[in-house]
Amino acid sequence: MSEVLVLVDHVDGAVRKPTYELLTIAKRLGEPSAVFIGGAEAADAAVEAVKKYGAEKVYVVDDTEIKGYLVAPKAEVLAQLVEQARESGGPVAVLVPASVDGREIAGRLAIKTGSGLITDATDVQAGEADGDSPVTTQSVFAGNYTVTAKVTKGTPIIAVKPNAAAPEEAAGAGAVEQFAPTISEAAKKAKIVASQPRQASGRPELTEAAIVVAGGRGTGGNFDPVEGLADSLGAAVGASRAAVDSGWKPHAFQIGQTGKVVSPQLYIANGISGAIQHRAGMQTSKTIVAVNKDEEAPIFELVDFGVVGDLHKVLPAATEEINKRKG
Amino acid sequence: MNIVVCVKHVPDATADRQFESDNTVDRDGVPGLMSELDEYAVEQSLQLKEKRAGDGGGEEVTVTALTVGPEGAAEGLKKALQMGADAGVHVTDAAIAGSDAVATAKVLAGAIRKIGQSQGGADLVVCGMASTDGAMSVVPAMLAELLDLPQVTFGSVVESQGNEFRIKRDGENATEVIGATAPLVLSVTDQSGEARYPSFKGIMAAKKKPVETWGLSDIGVDAGEVGADAAWTAVTSTEARPPRSKGEVVTDEDGSGATALVEFLASKKFI
Repeated sequence: MSEVLVLVDHVDGAVRKPTYELLTIAKRLGEPSAVFIGGAEAADAAVEAVKKYGAEKVYVVDDTEIKGYLVAPKAEVLAQLVEQARESGGPVAVLVPASVDGREIAGRLAIKTGSGLITDATDVQAGEADGDSPVTTQSVFAGNYTVTAKVTKGTPIIAVKPNAAAPEEAAGAGAVEQFAPTISEAAKKAKIVASQPRQASGRPELTEAAIVVAGGRGTGGNFDPVEGLADSLGAAVGASRAAVDSGWKPHAFQIGQTGKVVSPQLYIANGISGAIQHRAGMQTSKTIVAVNKDEEAPIFELVDFGVVGDLHKVLPAATEEINKRKG
Repeated sequence: MNIVVCVKHVPDATADRQFESDNTVDRDGVPGLMSELDEYAVEQSLQLKEKRAGDGGGEEVTVTALTVGPEGAAEGLKKALQMGADAGVHVTDAAIAGSDAVATAKVLAGAIRKIGQSQGGADLVVCGMASTDGAMSVVPAMLAELLDLPQVTFGSVVESQGNEFRIKRDGENATEVIGATAPLVLSVTDQSGEARYPSFKGIMAAKKKPVETWGLSDIGVDAGEVGADAAWTAVTSTEARPPRSKGEVVTDEDGSGATALVEFLASKKFI
């Protein structure tokens, strides 16, 4: 079996959930090799974490030289690992998270290695015969179409969306291999000059959450009912573009075409009319619920369950009832 | 300073978009327009021009709008020219049909090099954050790779002094400031500033602006490198998602809505 390279998404060695999803997918395709690019002191924790989800090998790349630069150096690291793996007939694929940086790393990597690229895969399965390219599933046109595709040239490079697979624990050998890449000067031209970590909300990350509770224009700027309901359900909080444009929530909360695209088990839209741009960001959610004063709101066309009513009354009452049931 | 702004002509996102039987996007059955998100790229380019020409700087800035696509794609260019771009370049060639992102980036890169030749080099390539059809958000990174330039992408605020550029962006976990020296590839989000509407004067002036139409041979890209046959990816199936069937909708009366909502969530085991 040949190796599948998986780029580890982590914050100072704390591995993020999408990485486990990628490793789970990688196991379907071949032998997962995790690629950890980070500080030497953080490597041990990350190696232990990815081992639990099936990483047979972990390439550890010390990021001292490339820290503080935008995506280009990471693309060079992966390109060199692809070249190395090609010498022994691999790799089967390179999997990266479909984040802003992940997609751009993938874009540069595709050009560098002469490989086809598929972004925003919501599922990845092994090809029919051995040696066939993996088959990906994507949701396009605001979720109105499902497309399957495969890479036909080079090494399949696939940017995978969060929640594309349920992470499955599986012990891997986790053999550590230090890898020293050669980084060009050209790759070090875009610098991260300043970085202000976002304040931790204590809630799950929007794109990774199983439940998302979102508010729109109908909140009138008061997100307390939305946040209350979210906390009673252990959900992430999101916002429509109207709410973000009004300055009620920062852009990081925005769900829709130009914000985050979410695909949770449950999506609750509150005071959101459901314009096409918003639907593009949530239409693939498994169960959709809406609360809106306007019974004509287009969001009701999508719902599994809807309440025509004032969110400022319905949400607090529902929150109270949920909290009561939880005891 | 020479700015090239890339715009894409796409099927209207609010229309009923479909695929053709060969799994390519139906670009005829649906009205097309310049991708809404590219308007922000044009706006940013024009603002840069105005800042640099004004402020006593008096710098000469040329904004060239570039598009790739069949005949209809010229409509997208027209919008950019009406907004205020100085010139347009339309790359069109039957061989381009069915191109994937890599091939599209190659064509754009070829055209940018050629525009640069006549203008002493393109200093800035500006793109939108994504197209509203393919929405891969990878072309700016691919362009940067092909042109061997740094990329500063997803800018919500753009500042520059001479050739030094700084952008602010909302990253995954942090708000970041990214800096780089031109020439570079820049992409901007819909947070970067409301795009202007073409004025009547702009619409009239656009008719006199130069638009060049180039084929692949003009930009030194081999026809064998582009199009459906040369694509590095293949769509194997497209299927319309079954429309969501509308579920139960109740009207809240004296708290009945909240009770029904909780019952529904409990029935689905969310509580």
